[in-house]
Amino acid sequence: MTDIEARPTPWHLDDLVIRFAGDSGDGMQLTGDRFTSASALFGNDLSTFPEFPAEIRAPAGTLAGVSSFQVRIASHEISTPGDAPTVLVAMNPAALKADLHHLVPGGIVIVNTDTFDERNLTKAGYAANPLLDGSLDHFRLVEVPMSSLTADAVAPLGVKPRDADRSKNFFALGLISWCYSRPVEGTITWIEQRFAKTPLVVASNRAAFTAGYNFGETTELFDHAYTVPAAKLPDGEYTNITGNTALAWGLVAAGQCARLPVFLGSYPITPASDILHELAKHKNFGIRTFQAEDEIAAIGSALGAAFAGHLGVTTTSGPGVALKGETISLAVSLELPLLIIDVQRGGPSTGLPTKTEAADLLMALYGRHGEAPLPVVAAYSPPHCFDAVIEAARIALKYRTPVIVLSDGYLANGAHPWKLPDVSTLPDISVPFATELNHMRADGEMEFWPYLRDPDTLARPWAIPGTPGLMHRVGGIEKEDGSGNISYTPENHERMVHLRADKIAGIAKDIPLVEVVGDADADLLVLGWGSTWGAIKAAVDTVRARGKRVAWAHVVHLSPFPANLGDVLRRYPKIIVPEMNMGQLCKVVRGEFLVPATPITKVQGMPFTAAELVIAIEHALAKELS
Amino acid sequence: MSDTVALTTKKDWTSDQEVRWCPGCGDYGILTAVQMLMPEFGVAPENVVFVSGIGCSSRFPYYMNTYGVHSIHGRAPAVATGIAVARPDLDVWVITGDGDGLSIGGNHLIHALRRNVNLTILMFNNQIYGLTKGQYSPTSEQGKVTKSTPYGSLDQPFSPLSVALGAEASFVARTHDLDRKHMMAIFKAAHDHRGASFVEIFQNCNVFNDGAFEDITARDNRASMLIDLQHGQPVRFGADSERGVVMGTDGQLRIVNVADVGVDALLVHDMHRQDPSLAFALARLARDVHSPTPVGIFRAVDRGEYASDVSAQLLAASASKGPGDLATLLRSNGTWQVG
Repeated sequence: MTDIEARPTPWHLDDLVIRFAGDSGDGMQLTGDRFTSASALFGNDLSTFPEFPAEIRAPAGTLAGVSSFQVRIASHEISTPGDAPTVLVAMNPAALKADLHHLVPGGIVIVNTDTFDERNLTKAGYAANPLLDGSLDHFRLVEVPMSSLTADAVAPLGVKPRDADRSKNFFALGLISWCYSRPVEGTITWIEQRFAKTPLVVASNRAAFTAGYNFGETTELFDHAYTVPAAKLPDGEYTNITGNTALAWGLVAAGQCARLPVFLGSYPITPASDILHELAKHKNFGIRTFQAEDEIAAIGSALGAAFAGHLGVTTTSGPGVALKGETISLAVSLELPLLIIDVQRGGPSTGLPTKTEAADLLMALYGRHGEAPLPVVAAYSPPHCFDAVIEAARIALKYRTPVIVLSDGYLANGAHPWKLPDVSTLPDISVPFATELNHMRADGEMEFWPYLRDPDTLARPWAIPGTPGLMHRVGGIEKEDGSGNISYTPENHERMVHLRADKIAGIAKDIPLVEVVGDADADLLVLGWGSTWGAIKAAVDTVRARGKRVAWAHVVHLSPFPANLGDVLRRYPKIIVPEMNMGQLCKVVRGEFLVPATPITKVQGMPFTAAELVIAIEHALAKELS
Repeated sequence: MSDTVALTTKKDWTSDQEVRWCPGCGDYGILTAVQMLMPEFGVAPENVVFVSGIGCSSRFPYYMNTYGVHSIHGRAPAVATGIAVARPDLDVWVITGDGDGLSIGGNHLIHALRRNVNLTILMFNNQIYGLTKGQYSPTSEQGKVTKSTPYGSLDQPFSPLSVALGAEASFVARTHDLDRKHMMAIFKAAHDHRGASFVEIFQNCNVFNDGAFEDITARDNRASMLIDLQHGQPVRFGADSERGVVMGTDGQLRIVNVADVGVDALLVHDMHRQDPSLAFALARLARDVHSPTPVGIFRAVDRGEYASDVSAQLLAASASKGPGDLATLLRSNGTWQVG
């Protein structure tokens, strides 16, 4: 393999979007992931967007079975995985058919020609071979017989022909690594470690990767190699992180910041399961992970652990939140700290399990029986998932309340560079357990009242089993203000409903004000929440670069809202709210603040592109004020 | 945590709350038995947690001067599992009923039993829904006429003990609300068992299903109708122990006159037998509560307890990897330096 330094200087690109597409079994996620890691270590800013079917192995060669991984790398700061790829690697006709429409006009299409036979063309629904019929004339077509070149490369190793084909994704990775001047050593080491148990697979994948790399260099298919120089990110140490990993690590950190053991009760569900997988590895942090028999037991056990003095957490997606609703209401009534993490996906029902959506907001805010208010915190980027979960834990512990954390499939699986925090600067979110009797009876004897509130926070004492003298019973039945004894009296119930509501509303004093970004005095405010952050940021930057004025506010705390949100909204004659739902936040702010907000909606299981929001913003700017 | 435990009396275990079960309810006898038994364990009240679901029996925790959670219908085993796994130092009890534990909460019950979480589970079986005022329950006999089944229920009932044994429970026992001494002996054995212990208590609902168990538990009927299982002893009953249980060559258990077969032919009860099939056969000896019915401990076997196994995994992970370091974790996927 040739050293990168020894060859002609590659041409510089500032921004590159590659989409790897193939069959579910072709290893496209692995290929994309590996390309991403190489680029991360190279110093690019990056953002990824994996897309895969819900079926583990849909029928080979069909459109339903196409699995794609889009990655954008740049020499400057970016916030989205790119609206449209400039390079498409299509491992078979179905991948070409499914993903070609994403490609920019004039983009590069690299195809594995070996798979373009009549059988695969028919399966993909092609009447004629697109490589021959001129339909790709507007693109730069690069034809590479990847399967046969891989077979030739690994044959000397004694790999069976059937197994040889499984290395073709490494051929593709090698080829792309040459094209875009990615360092190769890291990938070789990674192959050796990842497949260490089967030396023949190591040898085969390494040979395929090298063959792909050398193919790029020695053939004249490509006139020139390119590179994307490292980005000028703020100084610091970086890692590349997905939202789910950031949530898991955020929970580890929250336990340390709270000086409490973490108990995760969870039931497997896409796209949240990876949080359980990640935390299950870290038992040496004292983290208990409990795979429960169902979603209800998952939250029930977490609530039990919270009663016993742990940081109780449950992780799930929308259908699981629906099942947990009764227990979330119990947690509201028991006034115990609890984290419910909802990694949203397309719904209703099973919906689009592997695709993203943000349509659980109203369920998070209101989806319970009775008056059951609770705080809701939404993460806006993969790295922000780490901070969001620590913030949610802070609120849960301080105010003894369940808190819902909203993420989504786009954040969960997408990766972004993260400047590592100095762990010594993470906040102390610990709270004391109650240890003393707190109420004097008429006869002068002291006793323990489990619902005697802190006058500032309205939080009740957290007295855990094992504490002498503070034995008490909590339950879902309405309890008397103060003593916590069962009470059905009308006045007391109304008082308790108000106290629970006031406690949550009061948290507004304890969270940051919402900031307005861009032109604070513009006519138009873009109001966002959650993972639309990246696309809104890119769109606002673009519109402002065109000389137009626009303001943007992104809300992290959705319940209670930041104290200044109403004032901010009322300053703008025009407000648009881009959401991956049918306008849920828009409905809430219209109801709460009586402002003329307009929803911008998208429910395709895909995030907004920056271009879509540029159009929406410019359209709103052009509209006459009514 | 308190290390030294002062001697306690029943009063120390009784909360200041007014007991609100119907006068004459069988629950009173069970509450008294538990409150009288607790001082025997030498455990401090602050280290004990009672967890319940919803139903008449599930009000139980309010009357115990311990920590307690009155949770959600059917979910007590899940909440209790969280408490026990988080805090293996605590003494955790679950109070449930036939509707709470076998209908809406059946899933949690069987999983707590198969995992063998260190819980003492008392199921008050009165074969009726009391708190919702008299619908048939999953243990009601077929044909039961109730408000929700005016033409008689069609459902085949559960045998709670069969369910528990089928769920791999390591401790399975049965007692009834009219015999405090028997209840206390069974509860004590259940509490002392390491792992999940399941106790079915025949409990009379004098408002909606009065006398359901009278044929077997009334004082005058007990000798001839209750078969008190004793470990290592031949299974026999009757005022003069004149009747007994044998296993036929077809594997079926049958009730016989001891005089007809001789003592040596009787089945000898072995509650420690790993294979649950004999316990299962005994659990199904009586097909209703109007014929001779075994009570006592059907099964008590040792196997790994879940919460301590969880703790052991944490200790092993810390021993092999060292205590977790957050800064190291955040760098575990590779990093690069800018600037």
